[in-house]
Amino acid sequence: MIAVEVKELTRRFGNFTAVKKVSFSVRKGEIFGFLGANGAGKTTTIRMLCGLLVPSSGQARVAGLDVYTEYEQIKKNIGYMSQRFSLYEDLTVRENIRFYGGVYGLSRAQIKERTEELLSFLKLHEQAHKLTASLPLGWKQRLALSTAMLHNPQIIFLDEPTSGVDPVSRKNFWLLIYQLASEGRTIFVTTHFMDEAEYCNRVSIMQDGVIAELDSPQELKKKYHASNMQSVFMNVVKRAQNEPDSF
Amino acid sequence: MTAIMNQPIRVENLYKTYGDVNAVKKVSFSVNEGEIFGLIGPDGAGKTTIIRILVSLLRADSGRISFKGRDVAGNTAFVRANIGYMPQRFSLYPDLTVDENLNFFGDLFRIPKAIQIQRKERLFEFSKLAPFKKRRTGQLSGGMKQKLALSCMLMHEPQVIILDEPTFGVDPISREEFWCILKSLAQNGTTVFVTTAYMDEARLCDRVGLIFEGDVLAIDTPDKLLKSFTGSLYRVGSASPHTAYEKLQNNPMFVSVDLFGDGIHITGDQALTVNKIKNEMERLALSYSAVSKIHPEMEDLFLSLMKK
Ligand SMILES: Nc1ncnc2c1ncn2[C@@H]1O[C@H](COP(=O)(O)OP(=O)(O)OP(=O)(O)O)[C@@H](O)[C@H]1O
Ligand SMILES: [Mg+2]
Repeated sequence: MIAVEVKELTRRFGNFTAVKKVSFSVRKGEIFGFLGANGAGKTTTIRMLCGLLVPSSGQARVAGLDVYTEYEQIKKNIGYMSQRFSLYEDLTVRENIRFYGGVYGLSRAQIKERTEELLSFLKLHEQAHKLTASLPLGWKQRLALSTAMLHNPQIIFLDEPTSGVDPVSRKNFWLLIYQLASEGRTIFVTTHFMDEAEYCNRVSIMQDGVIAELDSPQELKKKYHASNMQSVFMNVVKRAQNEPDSF
Repeated sequence: MTAIMNQPIRVENLYKTYGDVNAVKKVSFSVNEGEIFGLIGPDGAGKTTIIRILVSLLRADSGRISFKGRDVAGNTAFVRANIGYMPQRFSLYPDLTVDENLNFFGDLFRIPKAIQIQRKERLFEFSKLAPFKKRRTGQLSGGMKQKLALSCMLMHEPQVIILDEPTFGVDPISREEFWCILKSLAQNGTTVFVTTAYMDEARLCDRVGLIFEGDVLAIDTPDKLLKSFTGSLYRVGSASPHTAYEKLQNNPMFVSVDLFGDGIHITGDQALTVNKIKNEMERLALSYSAVSKIHPEMEDLFLSLMKK
């Protein structure tokens, strides 16, 4: 089963092309790492896949739905945690979840049920009555994930969910991701932490709007004779930066 | 006396509460001239609170911070004139282009034009933003904005710079180059005070303070801090590290087990050996590629301190 299928997807802003004829597919239940240097085009691609930005050309299907025509249904089938996650700082944790439940059009009973489920899953019960503003970043990140999960989506897009988060919270977050994937959900995640790249089933490395590499971490390490993904990444991106025309 | 007058930052018995939360509990440390000092700790440990008191945006309940021998509380103008400060989330003017923002800050800090041009060139090497000089800041990617904010701050070269999570969202290559800039600034006598969530960056500091729940637990050079790691540490390579982690995390044979990229790290007592780990893995039918004894890195130390 294919969760995300992308063919020659392109997005231009004026005469600048941020995403250039990108093609790839992501299997159902896969943890797919979407890596790349700053400005490579990761967020732009994710926004097109989430039905938030119209592509300039090319095709993409998410959960079998077309990004040009079925973007409304796409939003109901996916969870999206944006790079600067938007929480209401002056609401409590529980109020934030309730608010987003309304956004996703859940009924009052559904919201109540999902809130309890998510609070236990994310171990946020003790924080439920606290103001979001007072939470450390690691907790806000969990809350942002829970708001993206309210409608029980099968595909989850996480744009830099762990930036600025300490090592312990990052490891705990990844255990949550594994759990979601083991339930058959597809995880599409960007990160600048290369130890997290190792946790993915496959990773792509994007540079200047193009996918320069795409394979499992094991295969990429073999190919680049590298002991870790950090040096694979350095290799791929530096090569692409030095000879931009080869891509 | 002159030593104290030159000491860039001296924190003495600093104490700060928010309501019933003790954000900073009697913290003391000092930062020496020309060193890179890293304050490392989990989210909410009190790092940003200390920085906000230091740049006199917030008042301590008791204790004090002095900057070059003067209490920061009564010398706001002096502090602000001599410290370059980059807060955690710094917003630039979204309607200005990359180049206009850099020029704006260059002029604001009264840097002569010729020097502004030199610095911009150097900073573009790190930020890779030269091709986007004419782009409006609001249209940059998240990491590009962060790199531009850092570059704007570095348009002037104050004696002391304070950076609260400068590399938030910055890619590995730019992080490497950014740290080269910090190193060369420090070599020329600039004092750098930095917080970070990246343990590889902690390793690059001259000295590191580890802060947990408002308490500074240890301050030393990274090498000396690593020597304080107790127990013996092993790495187990695995194609499915989280499975190994979940099966082993509560195993009484080990002091602790942590997920580490393409494997797990196991801390044990002196009696633990490579063979014992291999036997246990085989008994539990867990696959592994290699087991070896390793030296701790900053992340191992950080995790061990957090569990205490
Ligand atoms: N609205 C826009 N107008 C013009 N250019 C844009 C716009 N949005 C994005 N871009 C450009 O598209 C490119 C890709 O940006 P994108 O946000 O997708 O990068 P990214 O890979 O997510 O980077 P980061 O790691 O920094 O988050 C950048 O050069 C950016 O400046
Ligand atoms: Mg992005």
